[in-house]
Amino acid sequence: MTLQAYLTLAAMLFCIGLFGVITRRNTIGILLGIELMLNAVNINLVAFARYLGDLSGMVFTVFTICITIAEAALGLALVILIFRVRRTAVADHLDLLKG
Amino acid sequence: MSLEPIAFWGLAVVLLASALAVVLTRNLFHSVLYLALTLTATSGLFLSLDAEFLAAVQLLLYAGGLITIAVFAIVVTERLVGDRITQTSRQILTGFVLAGAVLVALLAVFHRAPLTVTRPPVSGDLTRAIGQTLLTSYVLPFELLGVLFLAALVGALYFARPDD
Repeated sequence: MTLQAYLTLAAMLFCIGLFGVITRRNTIGILLGIELMLNAVNINLVAFARYLGDLSGMVFTVFTICITIAEAALGLALVILIFRVRRTAVADHLDLLKG
Repeated sequence: MSLEPIAFWGLAVVLLASALAVVLTRNLFHSVLYLALTLTATSGLFLSLDAEFLAAVQLLLYAGGLITIAVFAIVVTERLVGDRITQTSRQILTGFVLAGAVLVALLAVFHRAPLTVTRPPVSGDLTRAIGQTLLTSYVLPFELLGVLFLAALVGALYFARPDD
């Protein structure tokens, strides 16, 4: 397979994730869309690292995976906290800062 | 003919179908399960790129850790609210147009800059090389990652603590 095939696949995955982030109302659903987008980026990094013969991309992928997990753990903890305070999961209802 | 194109196309179909299911199903719990399938297929894609270590990390951290956390969050919030979480979507047209525009732009860039690199043969043990690079050139970010995890752990505990 060519490098372009992997890049195209990752681009499609990224756009599906973007679609999810824009259209989902539920905060957990939005987080899942973000995970899809980050996953697409990881595929890009590994594909470039493999095709260019440079290991830095793979090391970077280890970092991005770990940071994504930390982000998801904190994000979901925030979702639980928001649920407790506002009793809602819908992002549109979180409009405290709206004048 | 090698097995790699077959593996790639099979994984690509599974990956795109399950990713679409993640953003389109109404049941949030099903959405998380489809995400697990997507992440597992990505791990297979890493295998086809000769990155066995990353495939294992992907399975352990994403398909294991992330899915557990997400399911846990859904179960907790579902109990708090008292009814099943179904999710509706909004602004489907906006999302479709925006995502489509980004996709067209990306594909146009790929088309304008034809990347005609061929895959070099694997030189030595990639896992060993990754480990050595991680603990020599990138040892400072690696240690900072530990600090980040500690901060995330304490932060998540603080946020999710029971009311007293």
